[in-house]
Amino acid sequence: MSVPAIELDGIDKSFGSVHAVRSVSLAVEKGAITGIIGENGAGKSTLMSILYGLFRADAGEIRVDGEAVQMDGPRDAIRHGIGMVHQHFMLIDSFTVLENLVLGAERGPMLAPGLAAARAELARLSRDYGLTVDPDATIADLSVGEQQKVEILKVLFRGARILILDEPSAVLTPQETDQLFRILATLKERGVTVVLITHKLREIMAATDRVFVMRQGRMVAERLTRETNPEELAELMVGRKVRLHMEKAPPHKGEVRLRAEHLGLVDERGVVLLDDISLELRAGEIVGIAGVSGNGQTELLQVLAGIRPPSGGSLTVCGRRIDRQRPGDPAEMRDLGVAHVPEDRQRQGMVAAFRASETSILGYHALPPFSQHYLLNGPAVGAHCARLMERFDVRPRVPGLRSSSFSGGNQQKLVLAREMARNPKVLLVGQPTRGVDIGAIEFIHRELVKSRDAGCAVLVVSVELDEILSLADRILVMFAGRIVGEVEGSRADERTLGLMMAGAKAA
Amino acid sequence: MDDPLSLLFLVAAATLRVATPLILCAMGGLFSERSGIIDVGLEGKMLIAAFFAAAVAATTHSAWWGVAAAIAAAEVLALLHGLACITYRGNQVVSGVALNIIAAGLTVVWGTAWFARGGQTPALEEGERLLPLFFPRAGDNILVYVALASVPLTWWIVARTRFGLRLRAVGEMPLAVDSAGISVAWLRYRAVLLCGLFSGLAGAYIAIAQNAGFSRDMTAGQGFIALAAVIFGKWRPLPTFGACLMFGLLDAVAIRLQGVRVPGIGEVPVQLIQSLPYLLTVFLLAGFIGRAVAPKAIGIPYQKEH
Repeated sequence: MSVPAIELDGIDKSFGSVHAVRSVSLAVEKGAITGIIGENGAGKSTLMSILYGLFRADAGEIRVDGEAVQMDGPRDAIRHGIGMVHQHFMLIDSFTVLENLVLGAERGPMLAPGLAAARAELARLSRDYGLTVDPDATIADLSVGEQQKVEILKVLFRGARILILDEPSAVLTPQETDQLFRILATLKERGVTVVLITHKLREIMAATDRVFVMRQGRMVAERLTRETNPEELAELMVGRKVRLHMEKAPPHKGEVRLRAEHLGLVDERGVVLLDDISLELRAGEIVGIAGVSGNGQTELLQVLAGIRPPSGGSLTVCGRRIDRQRPGDPAEMRDLGVAHVPEDRQRQGMVAAFRASETSILGYHALPPFSQHYLLNGPAVGAHCARLMERFDVRPRVPGLRSSSFSGGNQQKLVLAREMARNPKVLLVGQPTRGVDIGAIEFIHRELVKSRDAGCAVLVVSVELDEILSLADRILVMFAGRIVGEVEGSRADERTLGLMMAGAKAA
Repeated sequence: MDDPLSLLFLVAAATLRVATPLILCAMGGLFSERSGIIDVGLEGKMLIAAFFAAAVAATTHSAWWGVAAAIAAAEVLALLHGLACITYRGNQVVSGVALNIIAAGLTVVWGTAWFARGGQTPALEEGERLLPLFFPRAGDNILVYVALASVPLTWWIVARTRFGLRLRAVGEMPLAVDSAGISVAWLRYRAVLLCGLFSGLAGAYIAIAQNAGFSRDMTAGQGFIALAAVIFGKWRPLPTFGACLMFGLLDAVAIRLQGVRVPGIGEVPVQLIQSLPYLLTVFLLAGFIGRAVAPKAIGIPYQKEH
């Protein structure tokens, strides 16, 4: 192996009493794709922020191309040819692609020469790396995938030879993720060194040459990707055996709890969002809704949860018929025994500024024992939250902590705990494990199956095919607002589902 | 009565006279606001600048020292605002309001202490004022031309320079600016200082060009009108200039209409005419001109993560 592109030697970093990175060493091979995997909070992002000069390490050395360097800020990192594509794009929405490109690299006090040079450079980069974007398009008009291309171009434009991507797929659809990986492969062919930070095993397996595993601030393993497998990596990440596939007994189906008949939804601009949806959800089964994000799943959940009234058709939930004339509302649905874990937990599932204890009763806050004579009973709420945290292993177990201070996985466990606390008759779950660690995914899946076995009717909407495959007893595939196929969970496979998700006729 | 042409000339000149401090102040406000710093304190900066312009001009018998003092005074307030909003990440509206109150109070206290004329400064002589350059009746002193030049200058800086690009960026998404290796604080300080410069000139104009001395609260809400103009102008120089001219015109017409009998209506009450600019402000801000889209990060102090 030639001189590594980057070497980290004994990097150590603490924030107050939190020891985020513990004497980590790693070498990133030139012209290869190196993955760093670990659960949220394992120290991956902190490590990369140190490399990019955003934080200064307490101890240790950084070497770029074999030479020790001092990183005092992003400027130093950029100068050494290191570029970072952040999880949340650093793009100005109202600027054009070109303006975003030159920001911070203007080549002089006047804009015009810099913009002209950037236009030529962009054309060259587009040609060399096969990354085409319209230089004069406004960022706000671009899709998320295109915006990410701009981010990558921005980094290349600054002359980066080493590209760090921090959880790049967090905001992408599976298709866009695949496209990103093709881009990374092209970059690699052109000699760019890529570091991919992620907590998703599938991405490591699909894209990298070598993988480093971090756990609790330590570098615990290094593997050649072709010599490892997801099971081993998961175990290394979590520190114990993880079952990636649920083992569950066959379902004991009971009565129909929720029936949708010819449901339709048209928005105020006349766009058809849901088209003639009919489905049944029985006690004791998990129905999975698969589909590429944006094919009506979000709207279907909203209608089923009573958030949006249907424009046509009807919905019968535990004996109550809901249609256009007699719409339901979320509170009524909750009273009927329908619990809903929304897709966007941060905006719909909780109030970020509220304490965990307050989040743990949202929607149920008017019921005893939480509310007595129009006043909240603080101790009862706190005790309730503490019980939920115990049962769902929410960490840290501090009911008084702000909801936003919890990690994504713990927030999700808290919301799930709240919705499952009253033993609902119907449980609607949107993206149960989006942004959630592997350890927590396993836990959440197990809870959903437990709830099914206890006789609850569970509906899971997910864009993660693996998740649908491992959880669902019955799988419905959505495309363009319609249900285009139904498959028994035990007989489903990724290929047929994938074809249906892409809109091909169901077999 | 004058002939129509000279009437038109007089109204145009009056419009420009009234609009000049608005234009200067609004261009200053535009720099600050585009960088993401709300400036409710334009009024206070202009007021303290007016006071120092008059006080120093009266003492040194030089209009130019007056202008310099006005700028310096406005810059001190601008720096205070910057310190509160940028360095200490305070609430920008509260800081601006506080500066307005401080300016209103200090100008009167100092004025009373130094000149013992109930807060007024001595009436300025010819050499202590900025006088018309070409047309004595029009009042076209140097600051009127500076105001006119400030509009294309502001446009050019914002649209065509590196500083302008970074200024626009920092008002939209300071995090992106920071990660590009550019100092957010230094950019915003420069914007706030530019705002001080322009509002200083505006204050000097009011005290030693438009009038001949300082009297308490003489800016009379023009800082707020300028701020409103920035918002009407959707934070863009040329439309903002248009808004300033419109306010100036309304004011000029109001002055001309006083005591005039309008056929069919009779004499228009002075109070109604004088309240027109304010009524219009409310009316236009209520959405008549379409939604005003502010810089995205306006009013939000920038704090690095972690």
